[in-house]
Amino acid sequence: MGKLIAKEKAIVVPGEVLAEGMDHLPGSGTYREGERILAGKLGLTYIDGRTIKLISLSGRYIPKRNDTIIGKVTDVLMSGWRIEINSPYTAMLSMKDATSDFIAKGADLTKYFNLGDHLVTKIVNVTSQKLVDVSMKGPGLRKLHGGRILEVNTNKVPRVIGKQGSMVTMIKDATGCRITVGQNGLIWIDGEPKMELTAVKTIQKIAEESHLSGLTDKIKAYLDKETKK
Amino acid sequence: MYRDLKEHVIKLLKADTRLDGRKPLEFRKPVTVEYGVSKTAEGSAKVKIGGTEVIVGVKLEIMEPYPDTPDKGTIMVGAELLPLSNPEFESGPPGIQAIELARVVDRGIRESKALDFKKLCIKEGEKIWCVVIDICSINDEGNLLDASALAALAALKDARFPKFDGDKVDYAEKTDEKLPLSREPLPVTVIKIGDNFIVDPLTDEEKVIEARLTVASTKEGNLCAMQKGGDAPLTTDEISKMVDIAVDKAKELRGAL
Amino acid sequence: MMAYEKRAHGRGFDDLREITAKVGVIPRADGSAYFKIGGTAAYAAVYGPRNLYPRFLQNPQTGILRCHYNMMPFSGKGERVRPGGSRRSKEISLVTEKAITPVLNLEDYPNSVVDVFIELPETAAGSRCAGICAASMALADAGLNMKDLVAAISVGKVGDKIVVDLNTEEEAYEDGSVDIPIAMLPSNGRITLLQMDGELKKEELMQALEKGKKALLKIYDIQKNALKEKYQVEENV
Repeated sequence: MGKLIAKEKAIVVPGEVLAEGMDHLPGSGTYREGERILAGKLGLTYIDGRTIKLISLSGRYIPKRNDTIIGKVTDVLMSGWRIEINSPYTAMLSMKDATSDFIAKGADLTKYFNLGDHLVTKIVNVTSQKLVDVSMKGPGLRKLHGGRILEVNTNKVPRVIGKQGSMVTMIKDATGCRITVGQNGLIWIDGEPKMELTAVKTIQKIAEESHLSGLTDKIKAYLDKETKK
Repeated sequence: MYRDLKEHVIKLLKADTRLDGRKPLEFRKPVTVEYGVSKTAEGSAKVKIGGTEVIVGVKLEIMEPYPDTPDKGTIMVGAELLPLSNPEFESGPPGIQAIELARVVDRGIRESKALDFKKLCIKEGEKIWCVVIDICSINDEGNLLDASALAALAALKDARFPKFDGDKVDYAEKTDEKLPLSREPLPVTVIKIGDNFIVDPLTDEEKVIEARLTVASTKEGNLCAMQKGGDAPLTTDEISKMVDIAVDKAKELRGAL
Repeated sequence: MMAYEKRAHGRGFDDLREITAKVGVIPRADGSAYFKIGGTAAYAAVYGPRNLYPRFLQNPQTGILRCHYNMMPFSGKGERVRPGGSRRSKEISLVTEKAITPVLNLEDYPNSVVDVFIELPETAAGSRCAGICAASMALADAGLNMKDLVAAISVGKVGDKIVVDLNTEEEAYEDGSVDIPIAMLPSNGRITLLQMDGELKKEELMQALEKGKKALLKIYDIQKNALKEKYQVEENV
């Protein structure tokens, strides 16, 4: 009647047969071809009832509405700024979304945000052609000062944040660093040099081992070891 | 564009550390050299410094000597910063960065007379060997120049003459004869950011350099080529310090060969 | 016609040369791979999807694939190859694009480009096929939406024998040599690259294709394992 071929949490390659028969449903990252369900990318299998999904292991950030991301100002225009967001698609921050203050027409926009500034912003709209609008109006959204920016693959961000922020909180507590994680894979870290480096190495370790089990315990042990030095 | 990054790099340097926790004058570990990575080349080597990876191939070609040096062979160095290795590199003819890299490596070898050009002469006035060195970047995580220079030296050591019957070259057969190579000239680049010197820059550090000095030295510690880059000027005192660092580091890198 | 009796190193007529495949060899790239078969090696690096310039090339309905095939100057079997590409490398870039495009879901990436760079440090016949094998692993490594991998190999006829994976001497065999590079989608056996140099009867062609398909499934296994291996990190017990 139907046969599940792929195991749970298995790494599969594009075209690999995940199931045969009509019993199962193709979830995200998979597709149906006749009687079979095949993998539609390199991914980790996740079986949710009758649906087979794939969790992405790699791939660039594709902007999504409501994501909080870190971007860099690459252009100051007449009525806004162009923001690079570590994606094939750039974002626009228009004057009206920049601040609750009133900005007069013809004002010098560089006084607010200048080339090279890193901003924590929120995506408010993505069109079908992937034109992206962002806003700085909202809690936690701000220009970043000092610190450093680390880049990890966007697909690892959920593991870096952890359930209800538990992982990133653990790192903050252990290193005393301020950390802001963007959904687009850019992460801001600010702290004392040695602790900053520990935070960076910890996050890189999470990214490398994100698909393995027992990650939380491993990271806790790693942080304990590194911060006792 | 990189104001924040520069401030942060300088802040770390004042704490005697860098973005990856290294000391300012520390090279990434490991530095590895693999010989003979291309069987179609007469000599080849692959060098890794940290994550930066470069392959160099040596081909030996027969040509007519230059009119003013009828009894001497010669070298030619080309570098391709392949788009494979860095999202910012574009396809097409070598840009100025690749050209400068090739010329600096060339000078180090040529001016130190590391290759005995007279021994590369086959028939005076008619036939000489040209040693063609081609540098190809594979993964750029900073410091392509030093990695390329080390790989070029290793590829020259790896090279063997192809079979030559006096008329035609048989590239399919190699002899045991090595190139007439000595002195092992090796360039090392020293970088100035703020009041600090570093070696072996990461990609992010390369974005904020103020000045750089590449110094090629021989095994004996003599200087055989130099190149200053970057927008900021250097005092003679700084130059003196940077030369010492480069010579010292070259000794260390030669250990990987 | 002289009977072609023996292949070098005792290789069977249906056998492949020794293969090495590795994924993730160029960390700077979004995806990368190395594929070596006999004396032919290819690096492939994928950058994308990413911004496409100039703007007029952008397609609002789909992303585009650009393949750039290049031989390093020291990779030819004889003299140095002048850098800068040639008509041959442009043609190979094109057939590589055509061989791979059918598996990619480029409509998921409007207005963008996926760049694949293929560089060969050494070649000994079968270079375009090695490039396609490396490129397909690199695209999967880059996390692109794709229906299948692509495997490629040269089949053909040397003297009187149908063979798989011709080496340099066989390509140049004096007593008749036919070289047929093919690429296939392993999940359904469809062919996306087919070229031929030489003279052949139709039955011989069909025979060569069947042998090729069998060999390509072996290559697919190797590509699959290389991709999975990258993610097999030693678990601390």
